Amino acid sequence: MKRRTLLASGAGAAMAAVLGAPLRAQSGKTKVGFIYVGPVGDGGWTYQHDQGRQAIEAQFGDAIETVYAENVPEGPDAERVLTQMVLGGANLIFTTSFGYMESTLNVAAKFPDVKFEHATGYMTTDNVSVYSARFYEGRAVQGHLAGNMTKSNKIGYIGSFPIPEVIRGINSAYIHAKQVNPDVEFKIVWAFTWFDPAKEADAAKVLIEQGCDVILQHTDSTAPQAAAQAAGNVYTFGQASDMAEYAPMPRISSIIDNWGPYYIERTQAVMDGSWASVSTWDGIGKGMVKIGEISDAVPAEIKASAEALRDRIAAGEYHPFTGPLNKQDGSAWLAEGETADDGTLAGLSWYVEGIEGDIPS
Amino acid sequence: MLTLEKRPQPSKNWTYAAPLLAVVITMIVGGFVFAALGKDPLVAIRTIFYDPLFGEFASYSRPQLLLKAGPLILIAIGLSFGFRAGIWNIGAEGQYIIGALAGAAVGLAYFPDGSRIVVFPLMILAGVAGGMIWAWIPAFLRNRFKTNEILVSLMLVYVAESIQASMALNLLRNPDGHGFPGSRNLSQIPASANLEIFANTGIHWGVFTALVAVVVSYGVLMRHRFGFDVRLAGQSPRAAIFAGVNPKRLVMTCMLISGALAGAAGMFEVSGPAGRVSIDFNVGYGFTAIIVAFLGRLHPVGILFAGILMALTYIGGELAQLSLSLPGAAIQLFQGMLLFFLLAVDVMTNFRIRFGSKE
Repeated sequence: MKRRTLLASGAGAAMAAVLGAPLRAQSGKTKVGFIYVGPVGDGGWTYQHDQGRQAIEAQFGDAIETVYAENVPEGPDAERVLTQMVLGGANLIFTTSFGYMESTLNVAAKFPDVKFEHATGYMTTDNVSVYSARFYEGRAVQGHLAGNMTKSNKIGYIGSFPIPEVIRGINSAYIHAKQVNPDVEFKIVWAFTWFDPAKEADAAKVLIEQGCDVILQHTDSTAPQAAAQAAGNVYTFGQASDMAEYAPMPRISSIIDNWGPYYIERTQAVMDGSWASVSTWDGIGKGMVKIGEISDAVPAEIKASAEALRDRIAAGEYHPFTGPLNKQDGSAWLAEGETADDGTLAGLSWYVEGIEGDIPS
Repeated sequence: MLTLEKRPQPSKNWTYAAPLLAVVITMIVGGFVFAALGKDPLVAIRTIFYDPLFGEFASYSRPQLLLKAGPLILIAIGLSFGFRAGIWNIGAEGQYIIGALAGAAVGLAYFPDGSRIVVFPLMILAGVAGGMIWAWIPAFLRNRFKTNEILVSLMLVYVAESIQASMALNLLRNPDGHGFPGSRNLSQIPASANLEIFANTGIHWGVFTALVAVVVSYGVLMRHRFGFDVRLAGQSPRAAIFAGVNPKRLVMTCMLISGALAGAAGMFEVSGPAGRVSIDFNVGYGFTAIIVAFLGRLHPVGILFAGILMALTYIGGELAQLSLSLPGAAIQLFQGMLLFFLLAVDVMTNFRIRFGSKE
């Protein structure tokens, strides 16, 4: 989310000339780079992206080469790592965190013949694509399960950062919990991190102490699962990856990010020379979002209705944001039968009616 | 039998040899770790220590080394005064954050008008003042209530981080930022940008200040009465009191110096490489600078080299991740070993090893 002065100034152009394509390391293979905000062993977000990287290797074998850097802070460090990747000969680079947006755009501007794919971003250029998954579709299924499973009618939600991506998830989960359980109440804690097991565990413990018996999370570690397991009677959902090691309790289902097919498709496009800048936003239907096995801790009829919801979303028969829906302040958002358009969803910055509390702003 | 025998005087030779030996031992043990991971240890060591300086793309990575080393050196120089006198400011990270916030706040207050000649110096002053205020708190509490400055300064880091998150979300947030947290990009505003002094060298005003700090602190430590007091207080607090050193004033002065330089480092970073206040724009320079200070023997010139060495392990470490697929944790392990072996080898400065029993 930052920019180095050097590159904003005229010196940037001079440097691009010095460091440009002719000087870069070249090999016959297509080289695909990945930059990760967490460690590949986080068991969540970064782990799933690295699974995608391995899927490319499995698909193309010796025809390609992949490189990655993990735990790269958003900001000047990311920009340096990206530049080093390009200098090392990368042809295609996936930048797998929202906070890499500015670094991605800066480096992409300097190296127009290298292709970039920025996850969860919204800015595209000739050589920068954006891609994300409709996680809110998975959140709908989660909310459905959570609303059915809670006995205290209090559902805890560990938010990461108050950006549209996260707010969409909260709204979608709330709407579908409320549908099956009108008494349901959401308690939201903002952790201000994507990955920090200690903070996530603290947040989970606070929510459990406040009487929440289902915990949803938008953070990447399994610390909330461990906290729920210690509490004994609390349900959780795997986030980003299946987190099956906590099944059947406390993990009763999960949202799985399935990046492999997209990464293979985009790598193939670079190899063919057919790569073009696109905005991709796929959901359950295309398989980018998967719902992990709903465990035996969930009664059969609830499991069946959750799976039916999943299948309706996948088939395009049902949109998780279908009116009538009001905003938190009571003003109208969607009329009866109306569905939210992608533009509104991409910039969603308010809660729907019924959720208590303010979004930090 | 091996026995350790305290030296009457710390060994001068060992003082200089210890860091070099620690680097060599780290390379050797690190080499074994890399070999155990299935990588050629010689290639790994070359990638980390040689390639960023003289490798194929050194024209890019050399300026990057200075960018990374600048704040480390500046903060470590400030810390070295207190550390020499036995005053332990562990909270430079917090002073760095508050300095950055103060500097950024001044820069943003003048947006969009304001000429650079006024704004940028004011930002530097604000950064210095911010760091000093944050360092003043543990110094005051220690002098007044005999609190432990290690704990107080460390705890204040977490307070500073919370203030930073709040600033990024509220007061300093970019009104044109589509609701996303983070301030305007100071490095894109001509009046507030911490620009490079010489194009493509990585030497921005913060790096320049760090180099000045090295020279000035050398003069102060070696040639000035204050430097003498600091060294004396570290070696023998009682002797220092007899020599007329006011211990409370010494605590305050050393803490303020370290706070000022850490705050300045934060301001230069937020208006330059980092560009903006975000929820977590601090990346641990304040803590890493502690390692740099000790690796540099608390000596200004030593700190200069230690800062560059530390930057080398970061940038070389990234290269090793990219070209050799070394895991990121292996690089962190490598950095940790550097301090560990330094402390271990340091025993030789104050003790000598005697073989056989002591009769």
